[in-house]
Amino acid sequence: MKKRTSLAAITALTGAMLASNAMAATTLESVKEKGHVQCGVTSGLPGFSQPDEKGSWTGIDVDTCRAVAAAVFGSGQSAEFTPLTAKERFTALQSGEIDVLTRNTTWTLTRDTSLGLNFTGVNYYDGQGFLVNKKLGVDMASQLDGATVCIQAGTTTELNLADYFRTKGMKFNPIVFDTSEQTVQGFAAGRCDMLTSDRSQLAALRSKLNDPSSAKILPETISKEPLGPVVRQGDDQWFNVVKWALFVQINAEELGITQANVDDMKKSDNPSIQRLLGTTGDMGEKLGLSADFGYNIIKQVGNYGEMYNRNVGPGTPLDLERGINALWTEGGIMYAPPVR
Amino acid sequence: MTNSKMNVEHPRSRPWNDPKVRTLAFQTIAIAAVFWFGWALFQNTLNNMESRGISTGFGFLDQSAGFGIIMSLIPYDATMSYGRTFWVGLLNTLLVSAMGVVTATVLGFIIGVARLSSNWVVSKLALVYVETIRNIPLLLQIFFWYFAVLRSLPSPRMSVDMGGLVFLNNRGLYLPDPIAEPGFGWVTAAAVIAITATVVMQRWAKKRQLKTGQLFPSFRVGLAVVVGLPLLAYLATGGPVSWEIPALQGFNFGGGITIIPELAALWVALSLYTASFIAEIVRSGILSVSHGQTEAAGALGLRSGLTLRLVVIPQAMRVIIPPLTSQYLNLVKNSSLATAIGYPDLVAVFMGTTLNQTGQAVEVVAITMAVYLTISLVISFFMNIYNRAVALQER
Repeated sequence: MKKRTSLAAITALTGAMLASNAMAATTLESVKEKGHVQCGVTSGLPGFSQPDEKGSWTGIDVDTCRAVAAAVFGSGQSAEFTPLTAKERFTALQSGEIDVLTRNTTWTLTRDTSLGLNFTGVNYYDGQGFLVNKKLGVDMASQLDGATVCIQAGTTTELNLADYFRTKGMKFNPIVFDTSEQTVQGFAAGRCDMLTSDRSQLAALRSKLNDPSSAKILPETISKEPLGPVVRQGDDQWFNVVKWALFVQINAEELGITQANVDDMKKSDNPSIQRLLGTTGDMGEKLGLSADFGYNIIKQVGNYGEMYNRNVGPGTPLDLERGINALWTEGGIMYAPPVR
Repeated sequence: MTNSKMNVEHPRSRPWNDPKVRTLAFQTIAIAAVFWFGWALFQNTLNNMESRGISTGFGFLDQSAGFGIIMSLIPYDATMSYGRTFWVGLLNTLLVSAMGVVTATVLGFIIGVARLSSNWVVSKLALVYVETIRNIPLLLQIFFWYFAVLRSLPSPRMSVDMGGLVFLNNRGLYLPDPIAEPGFGWVTAAAVIAITATVVMQRWAKKRQLKTGQLFPSFRVGLAVVVGLPLLAYLATGGPVSWEIPALQGFNFGGGITIIPELAALWVALSLYTASFIAEIVRSGILSVSHGQTEAAGALGLRSGLTLRLVVIPQAMRVIIPPLTSQYLNLVKNSSLATAIGYPDLVAVFMGTTLNQTGQAVEVVAITMAVYLTISLVISFFMNIYNRAVALQER
């Protein structure tokens, strides 16, 4: 009797598992059905994604995902956030736990192919740098032979570091921590001579030290780190939605559309603005979204420049100049294909 | 005769009414179902990964890893393969586990015996130790040892210098590295001979004691032989060992043997934590031996130390060994907490960095789980053999 029950249970379970795999809805459909976009973010990185004192998430990565939510639902608040470590992030996306990964993730060939993922664009152009203890008296990275380095596990930084030291013929000792929090602690405890990470993060991490003036950032940038949103392969519709949510923000900055003037801009005669805000044309329909998805993104989140300045730009704790993240018309490399 | 008669009276019973056949049939079906279930899971995973464009297979193990590892028992650099990182991580796991098992056992036995001491202070100290250590989560203890030790140690340029040979700073403990030179083979040979001789001598002493009742100080003599003979060989061949002494080079010390703080912290935390459990196991084992045994030994004139060693402990061992085995298994599995403080064990290196750089989660996790399973089964196997040797012989 007992045997028969367990057999039946096994058969039923297996049957259910096989069946559940047969019917997979598109990501856009399933997102609409559950009523929010699930975004993977860091567990706390100032300027990129961290909860504020009221518990709501802020940061440039958070806003990038809110733009997707605004495009789909018309509200940037229809996004929910899953904090992930660097090690967990790809598995979370592959397994469908999250819909889009906006977790300052570097676009590389391997990740774009063999992980079964696609990068949709770049929301921040970064590069790797070094934070060193001032006591060492080091001014350049080339003086770091034999140094001990604190680093976060599962990042491209780990590989760049090994490459950099190898090509320079120098030695190093890596201490690999799970989270950036532990990495800073290790550095603060004097376990390492230096800490390496993306330059945008070094300033934020330095501000977490007891005495931030005891450390300094070296001038060298040793790698290219284009950071951007990631989606699963095999769902072109969702890929397009995430890709164009960001492109709309960049185009809006170029066209001078801001969160403040977007309602006035709706009356604009400029056909580019009309298409972007959905007053003419069927751009939204082509993406499987409402006609005014562009308007919603700008109204809810703002254009790219606003998003940048609010989270990481001058005056924020990170205080980062636009640099190469400026629009292509202003000497940077931020450039988006036209909405047409 | 009666049997055959009964068979005739009951003409052939149907096979599905035969309990033996039925049991066999049900078991076959159950096993087949389990295998089919496993196979379906495996195929399902493969199909899903393929349809999502995730690459599969073990080819990645031959690719160049491209990242550094701070501590390796075998030669390693970033140009070597991901497969190599597996071995580096595995050996680091085995190293800290083996060190932990040895110290936890020694410490656990001492504290377990101390807990039963008639000395009030000693037994209460042991009690406080056990109740404190085993009731604080291991991860917190690892953090405590790691950051408490790190913060209290000086930087490399202000190292604690012990006779110009040993240095201690927040990058680790630096010891001189012995390097064997020609002629060292004699010393090794002398050590092997000494150990063999000691074993033979011990057997002889035991036999003689059984026959004549005379004691022979085999421990003291054995110790003298094991230490003395290689030492003599060392002096006779003119000291064929040179020492590589650590020296400050740039930021850090170079040369010599380094014990990194991550290893030290993990080792200390694992040993102390597991020892508190072993102490209780030892105590329960000793208490399981009836007091009459101790009294009988006393009546025979054995001193209390000898009573413990010859009468109580051997009988306590059969109670101690099975739970001790699970503590060893726990220790090995707990060593995977290394990843929290950056000790490059199997989980940190292989399931951490390698998994991330290759993205082959299913393969890497499967390998890692298989490895922990294998290590645990091997430990169980040997402990079971030992258990059989010390178990009560029923006659």
